[in-house]
Amino acid sequence: MGGRPRAAHAQPLSAAGPSALPAPHGAAMLAELNELLGAAPERPDAGKFTLLRDTQTDGSFLVHHFLSFYLRAGCKVCFVALLQSFSHYNIVAQKLGVNLAAAKEQGQLVFLEGLQSCLDLLFGEEEQPGQPNPLQFLSGSSPDLRALFDFVRVSLSAADSWKGPVLLVDDLSVLLSLGAAPVAVLDFIHYCRVCVCCQLKGNIVVLVHSNEDSEDEENELVVNSLCHHSDLILWAEGLATGFCKDVHGQIKIIKRLSLRQAAEQDVVQIYQYKIQDRNVSFFARGLSAAVL
Amino acid sequence: MAAAGGARGRTSFQRRPGAGPRPPALPGTRPALRRGQLLLSSGLPSLDCVLGGGVAVGTLLLIEEDKYGLYSNLLFKYFLAEGIVCGHELFVASAKEHPDNILKELPAPLLDDSHGKELGNEAAAVKSEDLQDSMKIAWRYQNLPKMEVSPTMHTKFGHYYDISKKMSPELCQSVKFHSFYLHEELPFEPKMKTWNMNSGYARLLQSIQRIISQEGFDGSDPQQKQRNVLRIGIQSLGSILWGDDVCCSDTPEDPQSLTKFLYVLRGLLRKSLSACIITMPAHLIQNKAIMERVTNLSDMVVGLESFIGSERETNPLYKDYHGLVHVHQIPRLNSLICDVSDTKDLAFRLKRKQFTIEWVQDNYLRQERNIYPPGFSYLLKQKDSAWGEGSLQHSTFLMSFLAKAAAFASRLVRHSEPREQTGSGRIRQTAELRMWRHGHRQEAPGLLVISA
Repeated sequence: MGGRPRAAHAQPLSAAGPSALPAPHGAAMLAELNELLGAAPERPDAGKFTLLRDTQTDGSFLVHHFLSFYLRAGCKVCFVALLQSFSHYNIVAQKLGVNLAAAKEQGQLVFLEGLQSCLDLLFGEEEQPGQPNPLQFLSGSSPDLRALFDFVRVSLSAADSWKGPVLLVDDLSVLLSLGAAPVAVLDFIHYCRVCVCCQLKGNIVVLVHSNEDSEDEENELVVNSLCHHSDLILWAEGLATGFCKDVHGQIKIIKRLSLRQAAEQDVVQIYQYKIQDRNVSFFARGLSAAVL
Repeated sequence: MAAAGGARGRTSFQRRPGAGPRPPALPGTRPALRRGQLLLSSGLPSLDCVLGGGVAVGTLLLIEEDKYGLYSNLLFKYFLAEGIVCGHELFVASAKEHPDNILKELPAPLLDDSHGKELGNEAAAVKSEDLQDSMKIAWRYQNLPKMEVSPTMHTKFGHYYDISKKMSPELCQSVKFHSFYLHEELPFEPKMKTWNMNSGYARLLQSIQRIISQEGFDGSDPQQKQRNVLRIGIQSLGSILWGDDVCCSDTPEDPQSLTKFLYVLRGLLRKSLSACIITMPAHLIQNKAIMERVTNLSDMVVGLESFIGSERETNPLYKDYHGLVHVHQIPRLNSLICDVSDTKDLAFRLKRKQFTIEWVQDNYLRQERNIYPPGFSYLLKQKDSAWGEGSLQHSTFLMSFLAKAAAFASRLVRHSEPREQTGSGRIRQTAELRMWRHGHRQEAPGLLVISA
């Protein structure tokens, strides 16, 4: 893989971004993705809702990117990690040049480990009334996700010196699997938007799975309605033609300009990507190393 | 560390003197250093290769049962038998077959020292052929850098089993064994919580949690001298015998029970030294949404599709195989990449003594799918594994092929010119590329015409 295709297509890629600044941190994060999105950790956006969507592939590399991006940008991050354990995220973040354990200690990162709090809820002792478990809805006492929202609100509202707060959710679809109603999930996201994006001028990044073939109507409802409200959609798709060693998938970057100004058209960019050990390389369609 | 190394005037990358190859802390495990994991063998070395080296501790392997549960049951038993041979603790849960009976039916291991003694000459010859056959896939995979296969470890990690023989009772009883048979469990005590879950699942979770915490698999007791691995096997999860209706109804009453169970189980596994295999009658689950969610909550999902009763049983293309293996999910742990094996065209075969997973000869499936015209295969060998016709890669590839063909044709003409020169100064040969018109039978993308 290496430099050849990248060098050959540096032109179209940098032309695509509105202001393609050279990424200051070479190894950290996915510098190429920052270029494509026109984002820089020096000046993170404010009040944006970003939807990460994956279809027939695994889009978690995007979560890892945004986690390391916002931590490096000095933002206060609340990470609702429902799918994997802390050690998994920590090891991957180290590969991207960020230390989650340190960030957690300094209070920059508030990490909700869904798997652990689920065990606490089911097998732990009776809890104090003052601190409800964020996954309270699992026990069936109340169907809504109020406890989870309260957790997000409290952890992001705390006054400290970090920059604009960020809520990151790895896999909203898990909430549906755990028995939350789609409406409850949408309510949760709406409350979070009002609180994080509008009041605190922060950002939200949410990952969802979607697969049109799966006939999962609840999930489709959530995904469609989130798509409708997102400022930015990153949609990772597996190749329709199957597995390929040099192209792991295709990413559609949809900048929803129409959301802010009615007259504008959405900007859609499509790239293919290949995931490497510590990096992801992006290239224009049909221009992978295998083809060239 | 770098400063210290500099002070001593050498790099910090030097090997400590006397630090030989350390024996693994736990029997039957192998570290995957690149991903910071501890791997177990699934009991079937060819399946280990497909899963990227083995089953990582703390993960869940879901086997989608074949129609009659014949082959998935074998995988289930291999997983447990491997645990016994490695001295791991076992936990077997079932609603169908009694766990004690499952334990009695485990296949006997083919240990190195017992080879010659137990088997006659003829049988030994057959077996060595078998072994050779089944090693072939391992050999092919060895070229892949991701697999981290070290040949010396093979003696301890991953064994072969003889399904025609049963494991001796002494060997079976050498490990600690916990069983959970749904119909023998005590009636549910009202004070226990069910968390809005099917009571069978809730009881199973409580049972697993109790064993993990009592036997110290959760690492809560760091002083414990002997650490061990717990292998959990759950048979036919989701079937009607568990009291779940996902298999018999398109719109089950409680579709979340199964996914909730898997989520809590995932949490338990991640926090402990254990690994779990589950077989599930996926072909009975009509609601695709449930299977999709189940797949997302499992670390590895392998589907078995047997040819029994299907038209492929008599198809000469598949005469060597008994079914296909579909790898739906592979683990993505501790790394950005997931270890996708190079091919997805896998089939299994049940020989007299062994069950193996093999790579289907590339052209088998390709011929069946008829993706590429026959003359192309030599060019395609390295180019692709699964591009579809009309896809972007396919058309890009065809374009590059045509460009190469054009270059070849012009070389051909130039090369032959001096010989054919007649002195009139006119070009005697031309080469051109013609694409097929629509409607033409597309054996090849085009025609190379050389006219003299």
